[in-house]
Amino acid sequence: MKTQKISILSKALLLIVAALFAGSLFVPMWRIELQAPQYPEGLVLQLFANKIGGDVDIINGLNHYIGMSTLHTENFPEFKILPVVFGLFALVSLLLVFVNKRKGVKIFLITYMVFILLAAVDFYRWNYQYGHNLDPNAAIKVPGMAYQPPLLGYKQLLNFGAYSIPDTGGWLMTGAAVLLLVIVVKEYNLLKKK
Amino acid sequence: MKNTVVKAIVAIAMGSALFTSCKPKNSGDAVSGDAAQKAYVAPGKYDEFYNFVSGGFSGQMSVYGLPSGRLFRVIPVFSVDPEKGYGYNEETKPMLNTSHGFVPWDDLHHTEMSQTNGEVDGRWVFGNANNTPRIARIDLKTFTTKEIIELPNSAGNHSSPFITENTEYVVAGTRFSVPADNSNGDVPINTYKQNFKGHLSFVKVGKEGQMDIAFQIQCPGVNFDLSHAGKGKSHGWFFFSCYNTEQANTLLEVNASQKDKDFIMAVNWKKAEEYIKAGKGKLTPTRYAHNVYNESTHTATSEIKTQVLILDSKELKDICYMIPCPKSPHGCDVDPTGEYIVGSGKLAALIPVFSFDKLMNAIKTKQFEGEYDGIPVVKYEAALHGEVQKPGLGPLHTEFDGKGNAYTTFFVSSEVVKWDIKSLKVLDRVPTYYSVGHLCIPGGDSKKPFGKYLIAYNKITKDRYLPTGPELAQSAQIFDISGDKMQLILDFPTIGEPHYAQAAPADLIRNNGQLKFYKLEDNKHPFVTKGEKETKVVRNGKRIDVYMTCIRSHFAPDNIEGIKMGDEVYFHITNLEQDWDVPHGFAIKGSSNAELLIMPGETATLKWNPDKVGIFPFYCTDFCSALHQEMQGYIRVSPTGSNVPISFSLGTNLPAPTTQK
Repeated sequence: MKTQKISILSKALLLIVAALFAGSLFVPMWRIELQAPQYPEGLVLQLFANKIGGDVDIINGLNHYIGMSTLHTENFPEFKILPVVFGLFALVSLLLVFVNKRKGVKIFLITYMVFILLAAVDFYRWNYQYGHNLDPNAAIKVPGMAYQPPLLGYKQLLNFGAYSIPDTGGWLMTGAAVLLLVIVVKEYNLLKKK
Repeated sequence: MKNTVVKAIVAIAMGSALFTSCKPKNSGDAVSGDAAQKAYVAPGKYDEFYNFVSGGFSGQMSVYGLPSGRLFRVIPVFSVDPEKGYGYNEETKPMLNTSHGFVPWDDLHHTEMSQTNGEVDGRWVFGNANNTPRIARIDLKTFTTKEIIELPNSAGNHSSPFITENTEYVVAGTRFSVPADNSNGDVPINTYKQNFKGHLSFVKVGKEGQMDIAFQIQCPGVNFDLSHAGKGKSHGWFFFSCYNTEQANTLLEVNASQKDKDFIMAVNWKKAEEYIKAGKGKLTPTRYAHNVYNESTHTATSEIKTQVLILDSKELKDICYMIPCPKSPHGCDVDPTGEYIVGSGKLAALIPVFSFDKLMNAIKTKQFEGEYDGIPVVKYEAALHGEVQKPGLGPLHTEFDGKGNAYTTFFVSSEVVKWDIKSLKVLDRVPTYYSVGHLCIPGGDSKKPFGKYLIAYNKITKDRYLPTGPELAQSAQIFDISGDKMQLILDFPTIGEPHYAQAAPADLIRNNGQLKFYKLEDNKHPFVTKGEKETKVVRNGKRIDVYMTCIRSHFAPDNIEGIKMGDEVYFHITNLEQDWDVPHGFAIKGSSNAELLIMPGETATLKWNPDKVGIFPFYCTDFCSALHQEMQGYIRVSPTGSNVPISFSLGTNLPAPTTQK
């Protein structure tokens, strides 16, 4: 029977994971790029752990044409919760080095996956709400048209093309997930034939 | 017999062919095959150079791209511009104030870009007002006029606004000599020789561009024409061409063309600075306006200054020296090394080139041939490097390519001639269509020319464009000068009448910190409205101040009542947009004023005196968005003594009256 403890390499990887979580507190996680004939230079909406960044004022100035609500950081409780969650993730990654149990890493990976799923659902829910909940007095009304940005990828919304893709933080968190998976695979010898 | 007839026919035919081939070729033949390719800038691509062209009697400055010749912008400088509200809105009216009061027009002849170490630096471009003597400074971050200074003791500010190699000074030499401002000007015109004086102004330019007249040099009464600063070794000197040294006061075309030689005046301005330090200057009473546009208040202020420091060229002998120069010199150009000074006598058939070293030696060894009204005259031969022989007829202006070549324009023979500065040999000549005045090579009067293109600014266009009645298109022509031979690649029409122009590499200006919009939070206009909640209409006696905002696509407020006949209404409109390329306009029916054109983050004020009782519509004039045509409002004007109270609103109709009034 193999030991339940984890290797030095996995501990080092856990330190990197902690750093990735900590790092993603300071860079944008997600970006929605908008392009239109009137904006050849492009507009971008950046979602940080704690705020909305990018050309949010300019986008808010345009929203009224289609009756979309304006975006304000304080209207999203997520921006208060996410920094705490990311901080906790970083802390847990560190603790796991000392806990030194492969089961701990496995549980953390599953928790993290569940979190990502929930985050995606939440993101979709907001996108849906902003895209569909339109002011009936808006100047531009296209029957059947909703302005929900894509969860991931590209979608044409009237004159705007919208690309929804991970930003730096998103890639850091993807990296964290990959490393955690690598640890679990290694410690449970999943690749070795029995 | 038969043979003789055949011979005769052949002789006649050959003779006619000879005559026909001798006839000058049509101007269309001057364009060779790849010209279009060289001047073509594809849609969406940028030009290589900005070209700042004087607008002549339009009073404005125009901005073109090279080599495409496309017009980008007309910058209002000395003339009112209803299109932009310049000189019409309350903020810019002070820019056109002078000692004569508000002057709505002028004649802008020359542009000069600021320099550092003798190289164009892309910060500012200066322009001169030829009629009511002034110098303007245009900021190249905003392409707007930021400052205008009037020049006392002057009339016809022609040899201006040329600058020294670190933009220490921008100068102005008076074209007309006139009695000094502090003397009695009510004298007979034929007392020119006793009473008329020529003043040269040295305007100090500060770090932020702020202009201040450091001193004026009082000179004999002649006509000062053009000038250029020394550079490199000749830094510290300025050279002014002068004509009418005959001192005629009537029929100058005859009376000022009598002498074989007039002068180029060399001015040692570093020496002048020493004299000022030694207390030799005299503070003399006068009146001139100094107008400054403040970017944070979006408002210009005008100050009348009351004295100027004068140095007397007669008393202070070693500031000014005269160099004889043939036949009423016009252009006065210094090569990139600072060694050669080219004088262009507009009636001469040769070009004299003077040597700075020889001039210094001549002054040191006192090789003078006499004095002109108290100023030493250097012997012609003692200062002369040499003469360009048979260059053409009527030389006017010279620019340089930085490769040892000079290019001179000839008005009378209508051509540009390329010659070698050292050997003085003519290398090439091309015709211009027609009668070229100024020319411009990017950086062509600096230490570092970019000798790729040459632009000729013509005085006559005749058959070059489709006719437009008695007044024809004004025009410029671009030549590729990168090879040994000059090649015409494009004609392009210009605004006003183009005189001197300057050009600089596009990146130098594009990357100078171009402003995209004004930050609303930094707006310190006394009547700024930073949000729709702050909008209001305030009555103070007959004065009404409307604090209005605009953003796509409405004004706030857009319904205003309670204005009465006899009121003086000030619309202070703030553009709340904070994005590039979203100006809004404002126009009101029947206004005797112009429109407002308000940049994002800016506040501008339109004064309006209602002339009738009734409803006056107003609207946005700059197509701002898909709902631009909805961007409008109404003002109700009631009779004097009416009891309609001041009210204003946006979005909700005012309570409907119970009975229709």
